[in-house]
Amino acid sequence: MISSQTMAPQELLLPAKPGFILLTLFIALTLNLMPWPNWINWLLPDFVALLVLYWSIEAPRKMSFILAWCLGLMMDIANGSLFGQHALAYVILVYAGITVHRRIQNFQIPAQLLHIAPLLLLTNCVVLLVRALADASYPGYSYFLSTLVGVALWPVIGFILKIPQRPRSDPSRA
Amino acid sequence: MERTPPPLFRTGPSALTRLVIFVALSIALLVADARFNYLSLIRQVSSVAVYPLQQLATTPKQVWTYFSDLFISQTSLHKNNLYLSAQNLILANAAQEAEALRIENVHLRALVDAREKSPIPSVVAEILYAARDPFSRKVMIDKGLQQDIVAGRPVVDHLGVIGQISQTYPWLSEVTLITDKGHLVPVLNVRTGARAVIAGTGDDSRLELRFVPLASDFQKGDRLVTSGIDGIYPQGIPVAEVMNVERNSAALFATVDCKPLAGVNTDIQVLVLGPLPSVPERPTTPTPSNPKKKKGGA
Repeated sequence: MISSQTMAPQELLLPAKPGFILLTLFIALTLNLMPWPNWINWLLPDFVALLVLYWSIEAPRKMSFILAWCLGLMMDIANGSLFGQHALAYVILVYAGITVHRRIQNFQIPAQLLHIAPLLLLTNCVVLLVRALADASYPGYSYFLSTLVGVALWPVIGFILKIPQRPRSDPSRA
Repeated sequence: MERTPPPLFRTGPSALTRLVIFVALSIALLVADARFNYLSLIRQVSSVAVYPLQQLATTPKQVWTYFSDLFISQTSLHKNNLYLSAQNLILANAAQEAEALRIENVHLRALVDAREKSPIPSVVAEILYAARDPFSRKVMIDKGLQQDIVAGRPVVDHLGVIGQISQTYPWLSEVTLITDKGHLVPVLNVRTGARAVIAGTGDDSRLELRFVPLASDFQKGDRLVTSGIDGIYPQGIPVAEVMNVERNSAALFATVDCKPLAGVNTDIQVLVLGPLPSVPERPTTPTPSNPKKKKGGA
């Protein structure tokens, strides 16, 4: 049973424009490639992963697998990581997002985070497994820490990305 | 009979089908990359598409450095200037000595008919960003195939070795740092002349010597330089300093922890060393004598 308190009040939003989705993903990719100071680097979440998950929950029809896959390949080229490593992670995220999107939209933010965190950590584990099979490298616990920082950023990202979708106050009703 | 939805509701294959397709594609790429190294060319071609984005991403940092350079204070400039002129005096003295030694060396080498040691050409490059792959220690530099950078070239800074070019793109190259897990450099202990192989651990401030016998002479504070026997790194570039030696008689080898000497994480400008004078060909017939690696003699 879900108590009425955890259910989010349904907010009526305009549909997200495909151009806006592309723009935000582009900005996320740029943020990922930016040179950050060393101390912040290991705390910084993967912005593209966060946004791919966000859009596959908010606009499952518009977030395509092939887009996520291409973004992953671009990350792999820019980072010199194993070719297909990020691509695999993002494709799994899209699938997870599309699968749970109806359920997740009904929850308020704290309950949403409990859905998001396992999905992102699961994706981390998949990548970890791939790297363990490929060259047996293990990055340490900080690898999961950056994901948790990403989870903490989720409400902020949601707030910012919903701004253009909120309907303008209708002057005729005022 | 097959039931198909009307065209209005047709959305292509289901999400699960797409997942399976793309996961299979990714795994195929991963296997091709990790096991067979087929994808070097594909990487180079597709990197051209990513290049503008990489440029865009590094712009804020470059703008920031430009403005912080522009508004640098008079006092710090003055202090810098004093330091540099003092340093210049010392270096000029050293250069004179080096010049005298070089001439002497040329004569001596001519006497013993040794092969002329030619100076190694080098390219100055700037580090653009550190790759954000938690599994490896790599940086990107702003020189690539266009500047005749080739994979395998050593990369150094003013203090010592920082790594090796591992992948080249048209205008960028990727440097695998010596701290990357499994990156190996053959080194020489300056104090004793003992040879060893130093390996990265994936930790930014720790390197370890591999296969050091328990009885070997390594002490805290020993400086390790490249031995040059690999034909990749020139001889005598500082690599690391021994921090801690642990000899456990239950283990086969001693554990020797070292600290990299070069500013592996702090550098901005680095030097990519050019092609080394070619080493003599390996003898084709394997010589059965002396299969063990020689230790001791420098």
